[in-house]
Amino acid sequence: MRRWLPLCLAILLAGGLVAAAPAALAHPFTPQSGGSPNADRINWLYRVGLYIAIVVFVGVEGALLYSLIRFRARRGRTPVMVRGNTRLEVGWTVGAAVILVALAALTFAELSSIRNPDNTGPGGYALASTGGGAQFASLEQRVPPNGRRLNIQVNGQQYIWRFTYPGAGPTGFGAPYSYEEMVVPTDTTITLDVVSQDVVHSWWVPELGGKVDAVPGLTNHTWFKIHRPGLYRGQCAELCGRHHAAMIATVRAVPPDQFAAWLAQRKADIAAAQQAAAAERAKLNSQTGAASVENP
Amino acid sequence: MAAAEHTIPIPQIVVDRVEPEQRGWTSWLTTTDHKRIGILYIVTTFVFFLLGGVEALLIRLQLAAAHNTLVTPETYNQLFTLHGTTMIFLFVVPMMAGLANYLVPLMIGARDMAYPRLNALSYWLLLAGGIVFYTSLFFTPPEAGWTQYAPLSSGIFIPGNGTDAWIYLIHLTGLSSILGAINLYATIANMRAPGMGWGRLPLFVWTILTYAVLIILAMPVIAGAVTLLLFDRHFGTHFFDASNGGSALLWQHLFWFFGHPEVYIMVLPAFGIFSEVLPVFSRKPIFGYKAIAAATVVIAFLGLLTWAHHMFAAPIPLVVMIFVMLSSYVIAVPTGVKVFNWIATLWRGTVEYRTALLFAVGGISLFVIGGISGVLLAMFPVDWQLEDTYFVVAHLHFVLVGGSVMGIFAGIYYWFPKFTGRMLSEGLGRLSCLLMFVGILVTFLIQHSSGLDGMPRRVYEYPNIGHLQLYNLISTIGSFILGAGVLITIVNVVRSLRVGVVAGPDPWKANTLEWFVPSPPPVNNFDVIPRVRSVEPMKDIRRQVERQTGEPDRALTPELTPALRV
Repeated sequence: MRRWLPLCLAILLAGGLVAAAPAALAHPFTPQSGGSPNADRINWLYRVGLYIAIVVFVGVEGALLYSLIRFRARRGRTPVMVRGNTRLEVGWTVGAAVILVALAALTFAELSSIRNPDNTGPGGYALASTGGGAQFASLEQRVPPNGRRLNIQVNGQQYIWRFTYPGAGPTGFGAPYSYEEMVVPTDTTITLDVVSQDVVHSWWVPELGGKVDAVPGLTNHTWFKIHRPGLYRGQCAELCGRHHAAMIATVRAVPPDQFAAWLAQRKADIAAAQQAAAAERAKLNSQTGAASVENP
Repeated sequence: MAAAEHTIPIPQIVVDRVEPEQRGWTSWLTTTDHKRIGILYIVTTFVFFLLGGVEALLIRLQLAAAHNTLVTPETYNQLFTLHGTTMIFLFVVPMMAGLANYLVPLMIGARDMAYPRLNALSYWLLLAGGIVFYTSLFFTPPEAGWTQYAPLSSGIFIPGNGTDAWIYLIHLTGLSSILGAINLYATIANMRAPGMGWGRLPLFVWTILTYAVLIILAMPVIAGAVTLLLFDRHFGTHFFDASNGGSALLWQHLFWFFGHPEVYIMVLPAFGIFSEVLPVFSRKPIFGYKAIAAATVVIAFLGLLTWAHHMFAAPIPLVVMIFVMLSSYVIAVPTGVKVFNWIATLWRGTVEYRTALLFAVGGISLFVIGGISGVLLAMFPVDWQLEDTYFVVAHLHFVLVGGSVMGIFAGIYYWFPKFTGRMLSEGLGRLSCLLMFVGILVTFLIQHSSGLDGMPRRVYEYPNIGHLQLYNLISTIGSFILGAGVLITIVNVVRSLRVGVVAGPDPWKANTLEWFVPSPPPVNNFDVIPRVRSVEPMKDIRRQVERQTGEPDRALTPELTPALRV
C-alpha cells in the first residue's frame, strides 16, 4: 500500500499525456489568430501570460507534490512544530503581487493597439476620411488615425446576422445589406457597430479578434483589418435560444475592386427587387381597388 | 469521555421529566437538532448532486460526436440549465450549509445552533425549492442557462413556464440560504466555548462565517433581480426590455453582483476543509493561521468588487474593465497566500496518506489550475477571445469541481466517522479519489483546447473542424471516469454504514472540539464544555490526559500508533 503514490503519479502522468498528445497536433494552446492584427496582438498577450502561468504552475504544483512525497510519515520521523514565518509569508505575498503587477503592465501596454483601429493601408478600399484620432476610454466608435475606414452595422437576431454597408440614399434608406456572409475589402480597416434586435448575441470570428456582445438597446464596437483574401468563420458566442449553435458568422475578404463590384451588384439587385415589389403592390392595389394606399 | 473528568468541574444540573429522544421517521420531520438537520441537508444535496451529475453525463454524451442527434436542441438547453442550477443552488451551496450545520456548533463547543427552529425552516425551504424546480421536468424545464440572461428569459423567446420554476427555486433556496446564514453568523458570534476568541476559531468556522456574510450581502440582490424578472414576465413591467425603457445590461449587473460572490460562497468553505484536514494528517500545526483567516476575509471583500469581469464583451466603459481586471488580479494574491500556506503546512510534517488528505491535496492541485487560468481570463483583451467558450467552462469546473467538490469529498471522508460512528474503507476511498482526480483532469483539461479552437459554450452541436471531435470525445470519456469515482464513494458509504470499523470519538487524533464528543455525538453535544486555550484544543486536552495518566501522547508520535497507519 505504501507504494501507491508512484503508481498513482505514473497513471496521472500517462493520463495527462494522453490528454495532451492530440493537443500537440494543432494550435491548441493559444487562441486563433492570423486574420487581423488585433487577433495577433491578443494572441501575443495571451502567450506571455501563458508562459508566466506555466512557470507558476510548475513551481506551485512541484512544491505541493514534493512536500507530499518527501515528508510522508515514516518510522522515526517527527513533524517540525512550526506555526508560521512572517518573513517568508510577506515574501510570497509580495512575490505574487509583483507577478500580477507585471501582467497588468503588459495588458496596459498592449491595450490601445488591440482596442483602437489600425490605419487603412494604401492598397485598401478608396474611402474619404471621416475625422481621425483615437478616443480613449470612450464607448464611441473608435476611428483609425487617418480617418479612413469602412463602417458596417452588424445586427443580431435569432438566429442570423445582418450586415448593413454604407451607401444609404438621402432619405437614410436604401443601404446595401447582406445576411449570413459579410463581404469586406482587404487591407482596409473595417469598423463594426454591433446591435441586436431581440436577445443578447455575441459577434465572434476568432481569427479577426475578440468577441463583442450585441445587447438590445446598446451599440457595441470592434474593428478588424484583413490582409489575406479568404473566408473567416465564427459563430454567435452568447446563448440566444434553441438554435444558438446554428447562428454562424462568416466574413469573406476580397480585393477592394472586387468589393466595389460586389457592393454595386448588391445595390442594383436590391433596387431591382424593390422595383419588382412596387410593381407587384401596384398590381394588387389595382385589383382590390385600393390604389390610393401606397406603401413607401 | 475520560478527558471530560479532568476539565474544570462545572456544577451539573439534574433535570427531571426530560422528554425521551424521539425515534422513527417522524422524528426526522420534526427535528430541530442541528446534527439531524445537517444530515438531512447532506443527504438531500447529495441526491441533487447525483441528478446534476446524470445531467452532465447526458450533456457529455450529446457532445461525444460532432453533429450528434442524441437530444434535441431544446432538451440540450434544458439539460445544461438544470445541471448548472442544480450543482450551484441545490448541491454546493446547501452542502456547505449542511456541513456547517452539523459541524459549527460542535467545533465551537455549542449545544445547538442559535435558532434551532429557523434552522429546520431553512432546510425545508431548500427541499421545497428543489422539488418546485424538478417538478418542471413534467412540464417545461427552464432553458436559458443558469445565468438566465434577459431578455431571453424575460421576453417571449422561450415558450412554457420553466423560467418561473427557476425563479421560484431562487426565491426558496435563496431565503433558505439567507436564514441559514443569519443562523450561522449568530451561532458563531455568540455561542463559542469559553476561551475561544476570534484568534482560536477553527479555520473551517472562519470560512463558514465569511460564507454567511457573503450570502447575507449577495443573496438579496439575486432575490430582487428574479422578482423584477417575474414582474417582466407576468405583470407587464419592462425592467429588462430596452425597447420600453428598460435595460438588458441591468440583469447582467444584478446577476453577477450576486454571481461572483457566489463563487466564493461555494469555494471558501472548501478552503476551510483543506485547512482542517492538512494539519491533522501532517501532524503539524497549520502554517500561518492568521494569514489564512485574513486571506479568507480579504478574498470575500474583493470578491464583491469583481462582478463585471463576467461582462468584458458587453458594452461597458473601459475604466470599468480596467478596475475589475485589477481587482481580479488582487484577489489572486490572498488566494495564492492560502495555497502557499497549505504547502508549508505539509512541509517538514509527517504526512499520512489518508483518503481525506489525498482528496484535499488533489483538490488544491486542481484548484491551482483553475486559479491560474482565472488570471489569464482577467486580462480582458484575452478574455475577449476566451469568454463564453469551453476555456471558461474548463476554468470554472477546475475551480468548482477541483476546489469545491474535492473539498466536500475530503470533508465527507474526514467527518464520516463523526457523523456515523464508523470508518469508511480506505481502499475504496483511495480508488474513488484516484478516479475522480484523473476524471477531472481528463474531462476538463482538454476543454481549454476546445475553447481556444473556437468552440463556444452552450452549443448542442459542433462541426467536425480541426480536432474538436477528438477533444470532445476525450472529455466525455473523462466525465465517465469521474462518475465512476463518485459511485465508488457511494458504495463505500453504504457499505461502511453496515460493516465499517467502529471509529470511537477521535479516530484521527485531530485538533478541534468535535472530536471531543462521542461519535455520533449525543443530542446535547457536550455534557461539559471544555475551556479553549489554543487554536488546537484537542491537543491541549490530550496533553492534559497524558500529564495526568502518564501515557504518551500518541498523536504527536505517529510511529507509536500503528492503527493509524496503512
